[in-house]
Amino acid sequence: MSLHLLVDQAMTAHPAASALVTALPAATENPSADFSDTPWWLALLKAVAVFVYLLVSTLLVIWFERRVIGRMQQRPGPNRNGPFGLLQTLADGAKSMLKEDITPDKADKLIYTLAPLITATMAFVAFSIIPLGGTVSIFGHTTPLQVTDVPVSVLLVLAVASVGIYGVVLAGWSSGSTYPLLGGLRATAQMISYEIAMGLSLVAIFLYSGSMSTSQIVAAQSSLWYIAPAFFSFAVYVITMVGETNRLPFDLAEGEGELTGGFHTEYSSMRFAMFFLGEYVNMFTVSALATTMFLGGWKAPPFIAAINDGMFNGGWWGLLWFTGKMWSFLFVFVWLRGSLPRTRYDQFMRFGWKFLIPITLAWVVAVAFIRGAQLGFLGDSRIQLFGRFEIGVATLTIVGVVAVIALAGAWIWDDKRAARLEAADVAPPDEIDPFAGGYPVPPLPGQRLREPGSQPGTLIETAPGSKEPVLSGSSSTGGGTTVVKEETHG
Amino acid sequence: MTSTAEAVGFWLLAPLAVVASLGLLFARKAVHAAMSIALVMIIIGIFYIMQKADFLGVVQVFVYTGAVMMLFLFVLMLVGVDSSDSIVETIKGQRWASLVLVVGLAGVLLSTIGSAVFDEQKVQAGLDKLVATNTETGNITGMAELIFGPYVWIFEVTSALLITAALGAMVLAHRERLSPKVTQAQWAARRIKDNKNVAGLPAPGVYARHNAVDTPALLPDGSPSDLSVSRVLVARDQVATTDGIRDVERHLEREIEEGSAR
Repeated sequence: MSLHLLVDQAMTAHPAASALVTALPAATENPSADFSDTPWWLALLKAVAVFVYLLVSTLLVIWFERRVIGRMQQRPGPNRNGPFGLLQTLADGAKSMLKEDITPDKADKLIYTLAPLITATMAFVAFSIIPLGGTVSIFGHTTPLQVTDVPVSVLLVLAVASVGIYGVVLAGWSSGSTYPLLGGLRATAQMISYEIAMGLSLVAIFLYSGSMSTSQIVAAQSSLWYIAPAFFSFAVYVITMVGETNRLPFDLAEGEGELTGGFHTEYSSMRFAMFFLGEYVNMFTVSALATTMFLGGWKAPPFIAAINDGMFNGGWWGLLWFTGKMWSFLFVFVWLRGSLPRTRYDQFMRFGWKFLIPITLAWVVAVAFIRGAQLGFLGDSRIQLFGRFEIGVATLTIVGVVAVIALAGAWIWDDKRAARLEAADVAPPDEIDPFAGGYPVPPLPGQRLREPGSQPGTLIETAPGSKEPVLSGSSSTGGGTTVVKEETHG
Repeated sequence: MTSTAEAVGFWLLAPLAVVASLGLLFARKAVHAAMSIALVMIIIGIFYIMQKADFLGVVQVFVYTGAVMMLFLFVLMLVGVDSSDSIVETIKGQRWASLVLVVGLAGVLLSTIGSAVFDEQKVQAGLDKLVATNTETGNITGMAELIFGPYVWIFEVTSALLITAALGAMVLAHRERLSPKVTQAQWAARRIKDNKNVAGLPAPGVYARHNAVDTPALLPDGSPSDLSVSRVLVARDQVATTDGIRDVERHLEREIEEGSAR
């Protein structure tokens, strides 16, 4: 095969490269899920099931969000329609469909209708590669609980997400109105920027698992969830997934305070409902991807997995663990919304470009070295740690170097920040003249008023033994004396 | 041989791609043209995937549709909803020069496609090899071995070129700030010091029938305040007149006068 020939040529050219190629593990990047026993109608059935699963989840999560936020704000939340108010979302959805559908005069009719369709459909597509459970038997066919899987699944999710952004952007543009246009512009910049950081954070997972196929990534996590070795990627991913889904505290594309409703200001009725649906399904998609990439996907949690020789660690049980893990992320979404105020747009963009992207790049390089050491590219000698663990010298060295660099970096940054704060923190003068600028300015806590000297009618006394300044002014009309006591707060 | 699924996919998507690329040429609005080209790029990505080049197909959608076209759209959106292309020739003889180039390009393309030989066995052999590589080595690993093996220099030189281009664009677009940026607090301090519009500019009018930004605020004597409307609206001649409101006001005053006289 000529490919091997080419590789052979490369080997002869660089002796080091030959070691590199031979040391690589056997091809494990292709999906481990086996779809050979899945007829087309079963694939269709699974697709419909995923669709229904997402729709029901959306109905539930809107109720869940309102109830949880209600709890956080010491009020009950919706509790009238159905048991625990569960049917509230259904009622709201039906009402939304019956509302008047308005198209603004200046709107671009075709794209105005197309935009919500793009957002809503693209949100569902990405879920087709998420493994929801282990291999099960449906109508006599053995098939994995996953619509499909390809060697580039995770990239597919990112690609579909990037197409989904078109919905938001086009909605903003086609409304023919200023607020939506500004919202659309913000959305473009925000989502593209955060998608870069998101993609970079996932690279560490590709390096660890050696694959981009979701089923293979889940299989590779059977002994250790990637949240542990790729903890930094996890943190970056969680931040970017909030930015990517336009949720508080990063919902700048629809910030009510400054943009009315952002890109969907002009939308109403079904078309608005589609944006709403798309936003919530996107939340499920990013949460599901986080579960698959970092929390072992559908695999059972560590101790439950060991029960009765993995009795709960496969088949339909996977659906339970997967749903549980995914909903824990949704709780975080709701929690964030309940506790954090919206960030300022320029700070948010600066954080994304100047902090998240460079530091994630550095992290990816570090992971590449750690992974290279683990695979034995940097030497094979191993040592015993505490007489129990056996670990490669190269791995230990690399991890040590990375940790030292990170610590030193954090140390320097902290020192600089402290110095900057100190420089910026100029203490107010002890004494002020309240009329210096022509306007009366009250003193800050602990500040003394300047002795007026020649000015009649005003006298400042400082009580003996106390720091509190006492201002006594005698009004010329009444002749009486008013005493204003300034309290020291700080 | 081409499989049935591939043939069906091709004959469904290929006409769509042709229609979309014609849309690029004939669309009147720049955003419609941009959407057409985005559609073409997505369809090309799907074609790549159908040809068993998974990675290439997805990256095509991810990079070109998701990033490059999105940036185009970003710029086009700022041009405005109603703007259409100007037909004034800004560079002299540009049309004839471009026509010559188009004919030349079409000639090169046609001659290349015309001289291509379709050898079914060769194509089949190539496809078989690709399928074998995909299953044995893996699509992405196979590509990585090519990129970082025999083609590593071309790859690195191309990336250096792209980085240089990006840096060049930044240098060209960069402007040195001559004075330090005025912060929000400094603006506020300056406003107080100048003692002009200390409480901010007057807000545009809020009336029963007009609460839009194009309605100027009325001063105590009933005349509209120029400060209350955005200068953009003034430049576009989109400021609403206050005549109607003032007519109503006069009418009310007359009625009051009549009532008190009776």
